[in-house]
This record gives sequence, structure tokens and C-alpha cells, in this order.
Amino acid sequence: MSFDALVQAVLDGVLTGGIYALMAAGLTLIFGVMDIINIAQGAMVITGAYLSFWLQTKFAIDPFLGLLITIPAMFVLGVVFEYGFLRRVGDRDRTSMSILMSYAFAIILEGLLTLGFGTDFDSISAPYVNSSVHILNFYVPDIDIFGFLLALASMGAIYAVLYRTKFGAGLRAALQNRTAADLIGVDVNRTRTIAVGIAVAVSAGGGMIYGATTPFYPDSGYDLISRLLAIVILGGLGSIIGAMASAMILLVIADIVAVAWEPTWSILVFYAVIILVLLFRPQGLFGQRAVRAQ
Amino acid sequence: VSAAAGTDPAAGAGRPQSGARRGWLVAAVALAIAIAFPLLDGSDEGTMSIAFYVLIFMAAVSAWNIFSGYSGYLALGHAIFFGVGAYMLAIAAVDWNVTPGWTTLELLPLCGVAAAVIAVPVGLIALRTRRHVFVVLTIAVFFIFQTLATNLSSLTGGTAGKSPPFNDWSYPAYNVRFYYVALALVVPTVLLSWLVRRSRFGLQLMAIRDDEDRARGLGVKTMPVKLAAFVLSAIPVGIAGGIYCYFLGGIQPAGSGSAFDPLFDIALALMGFLGGIGTIAGPLLGALVIEALTEKFTQLFSNAGWYLIIDGVLFVIVVAFLPRGIVPSATDRVRAWRVKRAASAGAGVAEVAP
Repeated sequence: MSFDALVQAVLDGVLTGGIYALMAAGLTLIFGVMDIINIAQGAMVITGAYLSFWLQTKFAIDPFLGLLITIPAMFVLGVVFEYGFLRRVGDRDRTSMSILMSYAFAIILEGLLTLGFGTDFDSISAPYVNSSVHILNFYVPDIDIFGFLLALASMGAIYAVLYRTKFGAGLRAALQNRTAADLIGVDVNRTRTIAVGIAVAVSAGGGMIYGATTPFYPDSGYDLISRLLAIVILGGLGSIIGAMASAMILLVIADIVAVAWEPTWSILVFYAVIILVLLFRPQGLFGQRAVRAQ
Repeated sequence: VSAAAGTDPAAGAGRPQSGARRGWLVAAVALAIAIAFPLLDGSDEGTMSIAFYVLIFMAAVSAWNIFSGYSGYLALGHAIFFGVGAYMLAIAAVDWNVTPGWTTLELLPLCGVAAAVIAVPVGLIALRTRRHVFVVLTIAVFFIFQTLATNLSSLTGGTAGKSPPFNDWSYPAYNVRFYYVALALVVPTVLLSWLVRRSRFGLQLMAIRDDEDRARGLGVKTMPVKLAAFVLSAIPVGIAGGIYCYFLGGIQPAGSGSAFDPLFDIALALMGFLGGIGTIAGPLLGALVIEALTEKFTQLFSNAGWYLIIDGVLFVIVVAFLPRGIVPSATDRVRAWRVKRAASAGAGVAEVAP
């Protein structure tokens, strides 16, 4: 493996890492708010990709411009998910049952996408998808740069909402102590619904970039969810900054494995990380607390 | 057996003796119907293949229930054992050049052994954790096996998959024979589940389900008990995978209906929860309802989207409204009705509701 190939792998890893962090943001947010591992996150990202794909092929709307439509649409999907599904889970075995509930939601989404778009691979195309910037000996696709910037902007927005607004303060209060938050006048149920809506809305951007860089089909959610789980578990469940850092670390390692060995094996990096982290450091790199018992 | 086993809420209502007798009667009638079924409708290939799949899932869910139902650990990776069993049969049949037909089916015990051998390290790793961490670990390990089956192409045939030598049984005998082979797996699996349930080992598992720390405090060696149940539950699933592979005539590593299909993992949980986990009859009922429905829908609609949606909606209904499952809910109903009847007849309530 040459030095140039290594640098290229690191460069790609950092940029795609940002995009993966954007896709994983919803997963880590929902865990933070609801204490639920959202298995449907992969399917939601793919739903976002299909929404952009549909707008573009049907109405010739540019994928980035289309976000103005897909982000609100995904917000509605998130509200439906929280109100219609997650809230219906009873208190008995809540953690396990909510994993099953989100799995069920993923299957329904996959079914709807299969009905609407069939099972062939699709991809989002735009002028900047196939062009790239040439710096020294390295090529950087334009779409990766745009995606990285979109990821930074989105993550910054989430961070600002969580830590600089009254809603964010209420959300964090509801997370720390539900009863106390209730007492000081935070509408916990409404806060949770909106938070899940925001988490899913963020997946619209991640899905659009994913769809522009990778061919996808309704089943792709399964492929994604294991990577996203690895990212949020390593980063510490519930931590936005942790997700950003661990996504870059993991994607760089995966890219190096792909270059030095074979692309088909790079996915094993993610699975191995899930297992090792859960066994030896369940709170992840940036999590302050252990994964809470329900 | 102590009276406690017979009066357990999920085992059957009523007096211990009559409840147990009624259980045996129901089991005998169900088995008789299962044996006679091909005589009624054996020539219809569509119906017989649905019946075959139902039996495969009955065996797999009953086996899954021995671990997840009794111990309360939600395993979402039993497709690992299904896939390992399926590949074991295909690889062994090809490499050893086994004569097609019944001789190939003699490899099935080997599929169970392979599943057990794999289950030991998987269990040793995953069972160190609990609750949703355990669930996520089983999912991750499942995807590792799917990747290995795809990538180790010299062993597994890669994405094209692996096919055992062609089995030239003629139709409709083909489906009927496989039906009885699957039935021959269901019966011992259900017996095993029943034996575990009424044994000391089963009580230890259920103590872990109710409160693992307290069970440990009371002297249950939790890790060996959990691991034994995990390995035990893997064996019938591996054999089911072997039968499934030979029925289809080949197996692929990933995708719908493949050896390592995430929908298989989730189907076991759905069937178990619908029927009622931790019971004997629940998994059988759940497999019958869900698998018969989904197979019928796959035959009716060419678009796979419909059966995914129906599966998902059923799952939502089960989790939201029937988390305990049909069998325990129905048992409670019957019991409440008996108590009421006994009370109105002036009989001692204590006798029926200990």
C-alpha cells in the first residue's frame, strides 16, 4: 500500500465519516431522548434517499433544493413513528419490546418502498455527483465535500437546538428526570414527539447524500443499520459529538482495510467494533454513563 | 412433578391433574391432525409447501423459545444457526459426494452439531451482557456470519451460494416427504421444550428471567445455565436449516429466503410473541398463524412489499396490544371464567385458583 493510497483513504474516510455521522445522528438522538435503539434508522435513511430520488426523477428537483421538501416530510414520519408506534409500547420489557417495535416499523417502510420503487438498485444523479476536485495527487468527489458541509451544518444545528434553546433545555430535562421535568412544566410527551421528529428529519439529509454516493434499494437499510449502530455505540449512545468522531475513525479504518485488503471485508470492522465496545466499554468513547438499565 | 408445574399460569388452567391430561389430549389430537394432513391435501403442491414451511418455523420457534422464552433474553440472531445448518448440509453433501435422497438427509444430525459448536463461542460472548446490549450483540454477530458466508467463497460458493447434488424425488411425493421430515423435527423439539420447562434446569432459567441477580444470589450458576439453554436452542434451528436447504435445493448467503435472512430472526420473535413466549403451545400457534399467512400472501401477491407490510403491521399489533401472546391471554380468560363458574356453583374457589 503506497503512501498516496493511505492519504487518499484517510481523506475519503474523514469526508464519508461526516456523512455517516449525519445518518447516525438520528439514531443517537432517539436513544438519548427515548432510551430506545431504533433499528428502523437504516430504513429511514433509505426512505430519505428515495424521497430525494422521487422528487428528482419525477419533478426534476435538485436533490439539495429538494431537502426543503424532504426534511419536513421526514419530520412528519418521525412524529408518526413516535406517536403511532413507540408510544404504544407497554411498560413490560420496554427496552426489548421497543427494539421489536422499531424493527416492525423498518419492515413496514421496506414494504412500502418495495411497493413504490421495486427491488432494483437506484441512485440519485446530479452534475456534481460524478465530478471531483483534484488536489495534488488526490481526487475528492464534489458530492463528498457538499455532503460533509451539510453534515457539519446539520450537526451544528442539532447542537444549537439542544444546548442553546428553551426547547433543548426542556428536552435535556425530560431526559434526565421525567418526573421533575413534568413538575417544572415541561410537556414531556410533546417534547419527545418533536425530538423524534427532528431526529428523523435529520436523516433526510443523510439519506440524500447516501443515495447520491451509493446505489440503493429498499433492503439497503439492513446494510446501513449495522454501520450506524457501530458508530453510535463507539461514540457513546446519545452523544452527537461522539458520533461525529467515531464515524470518522471507523470510516478511515474501514477505508484502509478496503485498500490494503479487500472492500468486501471492510464491513467486518464495524461488526467487530460493536462487539468489542459493548463487551469492554459499553459507554463508548465519549459517553459519560454506562448504558442505562431500564 | 410437583403440583406447581401443573398450575403454572401458562401451562394450563384448572386442576393440576385434569389440566395435564387435557394438555396431552390436545397434543395427541394436534399430532394426529399433523400426521393425517397430507392424506387430505397431499396432492396440492402449494398447500403442502406452505405446510412444510409452517413446520420448519414451528421447530425453529419452539427451539428459540427454549432460550429466549424461558430465560427472557431476546435473541435476534438465531438465523446464524439456521444458516450454519443450511450450509453444513450443502457443503457436506457436495464435498463427500453423498447420494441424493434419503442418504443426504442422514447428514441432518451434523447440521445440529455444527449449530451447537457455533453457539458455544457466540453464547460465551453475547451472554456476558443483558437487555438491549444483548439484543444488539446478537444482531451484530448475525451480520458477521452473513458477511463470512458471502466472502469465504471457496467454502460457501460466495454470493451464488451452494447447492447439494440434485434430489430427483418426483412431485407431489417431494413435498409430502419433506413435510414428514420436518414433522419428525417438530415433535422432539416440542418434547425437549416441555422437558426443559418441567425440569429443575427450566426453573433456573425462569428464575433468571424474573430476576437474574436474585437467581444468582439463590445459587443458580447463571452463565452455565444460560449457555446450556442457548446451545440447546441452537440445535433444532440448525437441523431446520439443513432441511430447508435440501428442500430448496440450494442456499444463498443473503437476501430474502436465504440462509442468513434478518427477516428470519425477526420472524422467530414475532411468532413467539404472538403465540406467547415461555409456553409450549404458543410458539406452535404463532408459527402456524404467521407463516401460513405470509406464505399465502406471497403466493397471492407477486410484489414482496405486501407481505412485508402485513408482517410489520401484525408485529405492531402484537407488541402494542398482545405483548403476552395469545396462549397466556386465552389461559387467563379461561381461568377467570372457571373461577366465576365455580363461585356461582358454590364450589371452593381455592381449589381452582391456587
